[in-house]
Amino acid sequence: MTTQDRLTISRESKLEDAGYKWGFSTDVEMELAPKGLDEDIVQLISSKKNEPEWLLEWRLKAFEYWSKLHSEDSEPRWAKLRYPQIDYQDIYYYAAPKSLDDAPKSLDEVDPEMLETFDKLGIPLHERERLAGVAVDAVFDSVSVATTYADQLEERGIIFCSFTEAVQNHPELVKKYLGSVVPYTDNFFAALNSAVFSDGSFAYVPPGVRCPIELMTYFRINTEGSGQFERTLIVADEGAYVSYLEGCTAPIRRTSQLHAAVVELVALDRGEIKYSTIQNWYPGTKDGEGGVYNFVTKRGMTGNDAKISWTQVETGSAITWKYPSVILRGDNSVGEFYSVALTNNYQQADTGTKMIHIGKNTKSTIVSKGISAGHGENTYRGGVRILPRAENATNHTQCDSLLVGDQCGAHTVPYIEVRNPTARLEHEASTSKVSDEQLFYLMSRGISEEDAHHMIITGWSRDVIKELPFEFALEAGQLLKVSLEGAVG
Amino acid sequence: MTLNVARIPRNTARHLTQYRDDWHHLAEHQEGYMSGFDAHHDLRRAAWEEFERIGFPVHRRDNELWKYTDLRQIDRIGFRFGDWDTQVDLARIAELVPMPEEWSNLVFINGSLEHNSGNAPLTRIQACDWVGKLADYRSNGFVSLATAFMRIRGGSYLQFDRAREYAEPVHIIHVIDGSVGGPIVDNPRIAVEMGDSSRATLIESYVSLSEDVHMTLPVVEIKLGEGAELTHYRYQYNSENSYHFATTRVLQEASSNYRSTSFSVGSDIGRNDVFTHLIGEYAESILHGVYLATNQQHQDNEISTTHAAPHCTSDQYYKGILSGQSRAVFSGKITVERGAQKTDANQKDLNLLLSHGAEVDTKPSLEIYADDVKCGHGATAGYVDEDTLFYLQSRGVDYDTAQAMLIRGFAAEILDEYEDQILREFLEGKLDELMPALQETSDTIGTA
Repeated sequence: MTTQDRLTISRESKLEDAGYKWGFSTDVEMELAPKGLDEDIVQLISSKKNEPEWLLEWRLKAFEYWSKLHSEDSEPRWAKLRYPQIDYQDIYYYAAPKSLDDAPKSLDEVDPEMLETFDKLGIPLHERERLAGVAVDAVFDSVSVATTYADQLEERGIIFCSFTEAVQNHPELVKKYLGSVVPYTDNFFAALNSAVFSDGSFAYVPPGVRCPIELMTYFRINTEGSGQFERTLIVADEGAYVSYLEGCTAPIRRTSQLHAAVVELVALDRGEIKYSTIQNWYPGTKDGEGGVYNFVTKRGMTGNDAKISWTQVETGSAITWKYPSVILRGDNSVGEFYSVALTNNYQQADTGTKMIHIGKNTKSTIVSKGISAGHGENTYRGGVRILPRAENATNHTQCDSLLVGDQCGAHTVPYIEVRNPTARLEHEASTSKVSDEQLFYLMSRGISEEDAHHMIITGWSRDVIKELPFEFALEAGQLLKVSLEGAVG
Repeated sequence: MTLNVARIPRNTARHLTQYRDDWHHLAEHQEGYMSGFDAHHDLRRAAWEEFERIGFPVHRRDNELWKYTDLRQIDRIGFRFGDWDTQVDLARIAELVPMPEEWSNLVFINGSLEHNSGNAPLTRIQACDWVGKLADYRSNGFVSLATAFMRIRGGSYLQFDRAREYAEPVHIIHVIDGSVGGPIVDNPRIAVEMGDSSRATLIESYVSLSEDVHMTLPVVEIKLGEGAELTHYRYQYNSENSYHFATTRVLQEASSNYRSTSFSVGSDIGRNDVFTHLIGEYAESILHGVYLATNQQHQDNEISTTHAAPHCTSDQYYKGILSGQSRAVFSGKITVERGAQKTDANQKDLNLLLSHGAEVDTKPSLEIYADDVKCGHGATAGYVDEDTLFYLQSRGVDYDTAQAMLIRGFAAEILDEYEDQILREFLEGKLDELMPALQETSDTIGTA
């Protein structure tokens, strides 16, 4: 089947889901490697990207490890998720827009269809829109298509580019930090990603530099039957600060798409990274058909006095398996996790965080809000581990669940492991529904039931939304509203 | 979700022949076996075959229920089941557990009933056709082993009549004397049927007469009829070389009330696995407990409640005090099934961690499928409050005394709930007895 045929099919199925406005697909000529995964594919990806020998070796080791796990049937199944067995040989591991074969030198060379795509998504790639004040790296299927503002950032020594470019231009940095937080042996999906990752974003902020604008990567899956395996690596050197945003969408497809990303954050001494995500992959139809399977490994590691903060709004994907974590290795370091996860229709999410306290006086905060509607299943799974050397570590965890309707499920599974008596740990959680009194009050003031629900839910999620950068916060509020459509009233 | 194919751990396999011989010996000596009237023979056989297949739950990978409890040492020991010749010394037992005259005291030594004072409504196992229905022998190797070796004369089968209040608490005492041979196993079986609107108090005590290695595997099944009320106390103080794996399964009809309070201090590895199932409206299930561990002890609490009917209430509240190199686990679970609206469920696990070597792993989890519910949970871990310690010291109380006061106060919240004064005072005394051991292995934090 040619690319064109596939795209036609997806155009037809698009009509079924009016709720997901990011569901259009783009007619861009794609170059696809054959379906399936073996050593040759790994070699092909590596050679397509003109990678150095050490990276190919690393990929092959990862592939070998993944194959071993796969043959032992060691795909993780502990999460509270139900989905059919994934056929890893029925996926395209490499899909790239053809016109990018000889990488574009400037935005003018980028396929106009693609620019239009990102325009539709509201992602400013054009020069004229550079006033928006966000540096964007746009990843289309597996390949980074454009990075804005790179020149201005470079003046301050900040590197922000696609992963592929980073491998070519800054191999010493990539080699030093790749796999340092998430080694390829970490888990099944991280091993898979390490073997076949095709692109992603790379950011490096030099010592003492405060990145003046937000960095953003926008991920888009387009090709049907393709997996997206991007790899993001962000390094804040000593005393550096960076705020990074990540957004994602995919077209409407009948079949499910696999997304297995790895994000590594390194905050050296006194460094700070703020990482915000709005995850809005295609969630599948109202009857649970199609949608993105999102298996993501995100982790950060801190130096002394460093800080890493994760904020996520998860409204998309049919399946979400994601635990952005912080290894608090340095003394006095801080880890934060703020999350709103919403599941509607037949969506399932098993998400949370892990805070591993190794250094002294380390501090972590977890605020998780789970919203279940329709037949959605929402699980908070979190780990807080205080190791013996972590004197005076503190953790505060708050996880709340909200149920909308009586056919959904909300679950909380915290793991708290304490091996130091000076630790101070508190975990609280509650489960409730939207209160009838509050609804009644708002409705008696002339607000429709749906709007009233939306207001209450947005208010309830406020502790998390307020952590987002301003533009993102607005988008998050809208997303919650759209995602909940049909669940109330 | 596919489960790992069960395989028997290597070491258990080594001892399997011995277990099998013991099992045949026991099965063939049960009353009624020869004439084919042993109603529970099939259950025993099925349970034995299950144990042969799965062994002890040593493999912890992907096994959430045993994630934090290492059983390799148990797997290495070849335990023995049998009838042991035992000396009965009631006076000595009375030093270990309270045995007031106003209670019905049933004293079992190494599994056989040696003393019965009072009027406990005992019945024969043959009358309990539901034995084994609540505690599934397939749950784990301990339950299968305990069920395989279930004796006709070794258990307590209690039937409380409907609409009757039993003022006299029934106290079931299981004493284990490991000096007779072994390492021996005692597998007490307790089945309690509470008639509609009946009301009773049950006390279980587990103590050891010797320091020899031994294992206790109690399996307790309780059925509460409509409006029945059972107050259930549990005291576990087996010797520090012993292993204790208790399984309690409770089935609650409408408006029944089950209140359980446990006090676990003994054994090298101790596990208290409780599951209450609320199948009728307006039932109430209260599971409270204190666990203490010093030295190398390991205390594991697996506490689970399922709300299968609307308007039910449940409350899990456990408190742990840990010092030395000890480790404790709290794995709580509340499940609210679809349709179990108006559920009110609470879950809490608070821990005092007194030393750098100690560890607590707590996992209070909720699984909720109904929207009109009120569920909350919480967990904490940390040292005794330093400000309070400092305050007491500034008032002239020395560090050790102040620390002991705070530990006592921490446990008191649960101990104060004991309605039975004899039992409460006994346990408070026990805590004081244990205090030096707790404090000796604790660290001094703050200003001493």
